[in-house]
Amino acid sequence: MRTATVRRARKKPAPNRIGLTVDPYRGLKTTLCAGCGHNSISERIIECFFEMGIDPTQVIKLSGIGCSSKSPAYFLGMSHGFNSVHGRMPAVATGAMLANKGLLALGVSGDGDTASIGLGQFVHMMRRNIPIVYIIEDNGCYGLTKGQFSATATLGSKAKSGIANELPPIDTCGLAVQLGATYVARSFSGDKKQLQAIIKAALAHRGTAVVDVISPCVTFNDHVGSTKSYKYVREHNVPLQSIGFVPHFDEIHLQGEVAPGAEYEVELHDGSTLRLKKLEPDYDPTSRIGALDRIHLANKEGQVLTGVLYVNTQEPSFTELLNLDDTPLAEIGQDRLRPPKSALDEVMADLA
Amino acid sequence: MQAVSPSPTGETAYQAHSEIVNDFSIQVATVNGSGSQSSNLVLLRALFHMGVPVSGKNLFPSNIAGLPTWYTIRANKAGFTGRKKEIDLLVAMNAETALRDVQGLEPGRTVVYDEPLALDSVRDDLCYYPVPFDRLTVPVCPVPRLRKLVRNMVYDGVLAWLLGIDMEEIRGAINKQFSTKPKAAAINWNAAVAGFEWSARNLVKRDPYRLERMDANRGKIIVEGNAAAALGAVFGGVSVITWYPITPSSSLAEAAQGYLKRFRTDQETGKATFAIVQAEDELASIGMAVGAGWAGARAMTTTAGPGISLMSEFVGLAHFAEIPVVLIDVQRMGPSTGLPTRTSQGDLISAADLSHGDTIHPLLIPSTPEECFDFSARAFDVAERLQTPVFVMLDLDLGMNYWVADKFEYPDWPMDRGKLLTEADIERLRGDWGRYRDIDGDGITYRTVPGNRHPQAAYFARGTGHDEDANYSEREDDWIRNLSRIKRKLEGAREWLPEPVIDDRPEATVGLLAAGTSHEPVRESRTQLRDEYGFETAYCRVRGWPFSEAVERFIASHDRVYVVDQNRDGQLRRLLRRQFPEDYSHLRSVCYFGGLPLDARTITDAIVEKEQL
Repeated sequence: MRTATVRRARKKPAPNRIGLTVDPYRGLKTTLCAGCGHNSISERIIECFFEMGIDPTQVIKLSGIGCSSKSPAYFLGMSHGFNSVHGRMPAVATGAMLANKGLLALGVSGDGDTASIGLGQFVHMMRRNIPIVYIIEDNGCYGLTKGQFSATATLGSKAKSGIANELPPIDTCGLAVQLGATYVARSFSGDKKQLQAIIKAALAHRGTAVVDVISPCVTFNDHVGSTKSYKYVREHNVPLQSIGFVPHFDEIHLQGEVAPGAEYEVELHDGSTLRLKKLEPDYDPTSRIGALDRIHLANKEGQVLTGVLYVNTQEPSFTELLNLDDTPLAEIGQDRLRPPKSALDEVMADLA
Repeated sequence: MQAVSPSPTGETAYQAHSEIVNDFSIQVATVNGSGSQSSNLVLLRALFHMGVPVSGKNLFPSNIAGLPTWYTIRANKAGFTGRKKEIDLLVAMNAETALRDVQGLEPGRTVVYDEPLALDSVRDDLCYYPVPFDRLTVPVCPVPRLRKLVRNMVYDGVLAWLLGIDMEEIRGAINKQFSTKPKAAAINWNAAVAGFEWSARNLVKRDPYRLERMDANRGKIIVEGNAAAALGAVFGGVSVITWYPITPSSSLAEAAQGYLKRFRTDQETGKATFAIVQAEDELASIGMAVGAGWAGARAMTTTAGPGISLMSEFVGLAHFAEIPVVLIDVQRMGPSTGLPTRTSQGDLISAADLSHGDTIHPLLIPSTPEECFDFSARAFDVAERLQTPVFVMLDLDLGMNYWVADKFEYPDWPMDRGKLLTEADIERLRGDWGRYRDIDGDGITYRTVPGNRHPQAAYFARGTGHDEDANYSEREDDWIRNLSRIKRKLEGAREWLPEPVIDDRPEATVGLLAAGTSHEPVRESRTQLRDEYGFETAYCRVRGWPFSEAVERFIASHDRVYVVDQNRDGQLRRLLRRQFPEDYSHLRSVCYFGGLPLDARTITDAIVEKEQL
């Protein structure tokens, strides 16, 4: 590995490595509230896909229902999109990836979509290790129906009306680590550098990459007493690492903020490198048990634990496990989809 | 077993009929989990290979072991193989049900029973053959734990002697049944021989039933509808199957898996041109199929009524976002869990209308294994042509029971992938296309699939309102135009669906109209009405919904049309009534909803009563 230099400021976008400017990575104008964390995440998605030089025609962007799920309209206008039904985007993504394993799937969901109505699908997507970047835009409430608590709201967090949440939260990252996701990270919509590095590494990963982004709802959940407000998250954010990302096509330029020193490197599927400088020296992001332990501790202490919580590059993704044909199933022609007449004759003879 | 009082006199009221050849039904009453399925299949295959028209119907409990199960085999030289209402020969192996089984018989019928049950004391108007099954099993099966399985093969031997079944056919069927287990085949063969030889030495034939070789099955196969539909999907070019276990459809997915592994896997690399996924529930299985259909796969899911209910929301989305997907519904008896191992046609309305808002979905309704094969292959073409969910409506009777069928014809037609735009097409259009623009005036629009590399190929699929270019829209005119176009598209579906099969009789003023597994009993009932009452009927068998104009003409050209339904509320009739409201008044219902395969006599009796014949 050559010495890395930190790229301090992003230059005015020149064409990326596949010759596209940033424009084709953009989408329609957002219709979410001004200041919504989700808009920042959309911006990071646009930057990451552009800078990674990903062909947008080979990307599918999928979502369920909710404010977060509206956002795929606001980025990647050249990609096929699917705004599906509430909580059940993982199934649609699974089917689409079976049909065409060459695609890159980006799923955008919310905390209601993922942790309540969609919990079953979320869990089984991870258990199968479906190749997808699954971003949860997590604000602890149902924005589109005006601020009801979601299942990720922490115990005692207050709604705008002052009512305190009486039920314990579901930690989507804890679930993800436990149930088979092979890349699990948490970030904050207000932390541009960390979120960018985390999304890029997720794009380089092949398997279920769960990125839970705390993304405050400025309209219904950004007040004193909320544990998902900008202020609360800034004050309680405990980053596990400073994160750098070295793309496979540009090994000279480290993207992110890691200074040389006590580094930890993970080589990702596409040849890119995730370079972590540990802020907690004992934390091993390849240890499932260690990750769960630390997540439980963070929840007990009221910390918003961010960074790469878990990464496992050894498990086969679901499409690899199924040993699918090299040609995407959707592109295989009649000559190979319909067995020859001799095959039918064989079966008919068995049944006679 | 309950105690029974002995027959009041030692005399018997049984009187032998004159000989009845190749026209009777056998019912075997056993306990499920006792291996009786193997002996019943052996019996069925032996009759099949003797060239006699035959069917085998399993009446089984929703249970794995220990509950009563009945297997009915019907041999009929005239070729009517629907369920026969009366049982002619009972094999009583289950102590728990034996009393009721015997009490339910018509006088003069025959009972083979396990000797300790002492059934001959129940009534004296039957012909009894007590057989010491346990005593015959012990010598041929030294392993005690296997005896309960082998014991049932003894009755195959007994019946072979009684009915004149060629033991060589029994041997062949046993070898087929246990083709991978030669040891088991040998033990079972010995058990059948023990039954045969004991009968030859100890029984005196007094019943009238006898089998004779015929030549009705030349070139035919014997198959379950689920396996036929699975094969149809495989030869129709399915590429993604998603499913969740549910009776009676599980065996369809499992059969498909077997055939796909066999015929669609590369011998050298093991790579598959298909994906089959057992999902976590039906919400996921339909979601995966919809995702796969959207992304260009030939996608299907298979389920039964409760699964259909769970799939409702996604089917509405696929209808509105216009995504091709095939659903095979093997219907069972609802509502709720209902009778999961009993048959019905109870999902016709729910499948046709599934979901919220204004939704309609084309149905293909097979009556035979040949049609299961053909329709499930063609369903993919229909779905891709119309870009919409398409249902293939089997039922438990068709799906899980054994039917004699003609060999399936190899599908030689080209697969129809519908209006699918490639990169070159988009280039030719200079990018000026819209996902929901009705260019051809048939309501069917052009689509692209993900992976298309043209920069202007992408569109956004969504369940919310959209305009012709797939942009989000809440405009009244966009909404009305879109829904009206989809309606027009699906009214045109009849053009792509199988035509009805109509048997017009110029002299008949009354017509019968049926679908699916009502076909066999209707066929037989028409013969009963003709032979017994001199009443000629015309017959229209619908095979698709929306109904074609030929159905309308049939209804209009008869004074009264009896619509046969295997559900309580006449769902087929309601679909007809909806499409042809002006013709409704002379549509009458014959409904059966008892959960057993429909029999001809039930239809005949209903029509005789209504027509006052």
